[in-house]
Amino acid sequence: MKGYVKYYGQKLIWYLITFVIALMLNFFLPRLMPGDPVANLASDATAGMTDSSQIQLVVQQYKERFGLDKSYPEQFLIFVRNMFQGDLGVSFTQYPRTVVEIISESIGWTIALQLPAIIVGWLLGNVLGAIAAYIRKGFDKVAMPFFMLISSMPAFGMAIILLWIFGLTLKWLPIAGGYGFDLLPTASWEFVVSIIRHYQLPFWSMVLITVGGQSIGMRSMSIYELNADYVKYSRFLGIKDRKIVGYVFRNAMLPQITGLALSLGTMVGGNIVAEMIFSYPGIGTTLVQAVTGGDYPLISGCTLIITVLVLIANLVVEILYGIIDPRVKAAQQESAA
Amino acid sequence: MKHQLKQIFHSPKFVVGFVIFVVMLSAAIFYPLISSVSPLQSIAKANFIPPGRYINVQDAVESTNKVLMELDVVSERVSAALSASDKEKMIVWLEEYGGVEAGTLSADNIEELLEAWYAKYDPNTRFEGMLTSTSKEYQRMNTRVSNVLSQNGVIIAEMVDGELVKSSTTVRSQDFVGVKDIPNQFYFPLGTDNFGRDVLTQMTSAIGTSLRLGLVAGLVATAIGLTLGLLAGYVGGIIDNVITFITNLFTVIPGFVLLILISYSISQTTRGVNVVAVVIGLTAWPWTCRSVRSQVISLRNRDHVNLSKLSGHSLVHVVVFDVLPYIASYVVMALILQISSAILAEAQLSMLGLGPSTTKVATLGLMMNWAQTSSAWQLGAWWAFLPVIASIALVSFSLNLMNTGLDQVFNPQLRDS
Repeated sequence: MKGYVKYYGQKLIWYLITFVIALMLNFFLPRLMPGDPVANLASDATAGMTDSSQIQLVVQQYKERFGLDKSYPEQFLIFVRNMFQGDLGVSFTQYPRTVVEIISESIGWTIALQLPAIIVGWLLGNVLGAIAAYIRKGFDKVAMPFFMLISSMPAFGMAIILLWIFGLTLKWLPIAGGYGFDLLPTASWEFVVSIIRHYQLPFWSMVLITVGGQSIGMRSMSIYELNADYVKYSRFLGIKDRKIVGYVFRNAMLPQITGLALSLGTMVGGNIVAEMIFSYPGIGTTLVQAVTGGDYPLISGCTLIITVLVLIANLVVEILYGIIDPRVKAAQQESAA
Repeated sequence: MKHQLKQIFHSPKFVVGFVIFVVMLSAAIFYPLISSVSPLQSIAKANFIPPGRYINVQDAVESTNKVLMELDVVSERVSAALSASDKEKMIVWLEEYGGVEAGTLSADNIEELLEAWYAKYDPNTRFEGMLTSTSKEYQRMNTRVSNVLSQNGVIIAEMVDGELVKSSTTVRSQDFVGVKDIPNQFYFPLGTDNFGRDVLTQMTSAIGTSLRLGLVAGLVATAIGLTLGLLAGYVGGIIDNVITFITNLFTVIPGFVLLILISYSISQTTRGVNVVAVVIGLTAWPWTCRSVRSQVISLRNRDHVNLSKLSGHSLVHVVVFDVLPYIASYVVMALILQISSAILAEAQLSMLGLGPSTTKVATLGLMMNWAQTSSAWQLGAWWAFLPVIASIALVSFSLNLMNTGLDQVFNPQLRDS
């Protein structure tokens, strides 16, 4: 038990250091971009003015409002202090909305799309991979190259192909937005149906890509396990295949579970391009709009959220791994003894 | 070495992947050479023309090799001008506003329908309750069918200084010309993009650029990963701790986010193809470093390494001659995977608008970006993006296949029995 505390304590400290460095990168990199983002806002506000000293006053006020007149380290400290109070700044392009408000709106859509898609894709992919590994003959020869082809296609490629076939040629499903353009969010059945219809294409493109990747991984792991010594020995001992298969797939699942946890961690930033293609109102589209608009509070905010979620997911994976994988427990007990 | 090469080329997966890769590479090298246009040359002054053969109209009209053929040209002209729904709309108009009794006209009898249309349709009358868009639609339909039934032929008049001059040629309604007799024609195998550039030439040169970009990025990533991995694995101690710390740092911070941030902070003027390749390489090395390090750690206590150390060889000598050859196969596989993922990363970056900003060459990601920003898919211009996606998928598929094939050769337990 003492070994466990030391193991987890070290990991926690390490993650905290990583978080600080990630924070600094998130803050400083966008601000290295040349150009003055406040100029746009200020030019809107000073549109009719002719007195140059007045214009200067307005620009100065905007700069103070956004804290841009201070040195970079000072800005960073203010950023960190505000962050711990839950304030990530005000967006430039969608002034006066705050970054936290924009992100909290979009993140719901992304999670609602990615979470079911990743889980469904993972389940389907692992089942198909396991079947392919078990029945080596016909199914494997056909399914294998097909899944390889699908998994080497970029995620947005699948999105565009599905968009093309189902949205534009067959016209079965709508091609953009989270819900119909002519609808306002109400608690009506029509709205819900519209959301479900707009959900289909992004969902299935995500599922197909995940299935492709997962099935290949599961298949290789299963083949590796099925050729392991203990399987052969058990077979020679006369133990029924059904019992052995249970053990085999439990061992093969281990990396897959880590993979699932990691996918869930990267799910927020995982499919930025596909979201942009479907104009789905998630965090990917928000990030892209922020990048094109040069809106660095929003960029920093989005990338920060994505990084923090990935860090948390990695930490959870390491903790889970320590619990699930008996070898880690054994190593800890050895080192503590 | 020779034996290994022979084994590699016997592996079916590797051979298939290699063949696909070589085909794409040779298409990328040779097609732009034999094509009569340069990749980014804007030929058509129109958006997204479909694939096909395009012939010069003046040559066709003035050709001296016209042949009169006894074919029914009218029905083809009519079906080109009017679709089935157009005919239905005509009947609706005639029955509502033309004073024709319901049921007397049907879409099957084209001649009667068109006669009635010519007699009754008046583009200038305004009807209560008809939307402007509907009335304009009928006017457009009218201009399309204005001349389809006649078999009188047309007269072509020459233009001099912008003014019409007396007739020079007459063209009968049933004159045909062989396509080979027309001197000016152009064949677009894959149509054009929104700037009027030939898609096939552009795409093949883009494949070449993307492959080059992938190669640079892969080499950068593998070089950094290899050096750091070797150092960390072999030397150990404090260097190992520092390098491992940095590697874990960069593994956990999502590489793609870092890529976006770095590409964003490089201003657009410096963001050429090679700069983007180096940036992609700089964010992709941690994975290589980690695996090289674990391999080197298991190798470092081998007998021949200890012997080398005892013989007094320097650190560099031991690493290069005794450790490196054993991980060479692994490094080659890692390089191939890095190239494949670099091409995909570039495509994603370009679609976000953060890719290489260049007007001299195209990359596959840039072509996708142009297709997207000019609404190619809403306009139905499948030729502007589907072939590009197919080539991205084929390139990374062939690289992944080659990698799997190599993996099976070097790790016999992965071979299919």
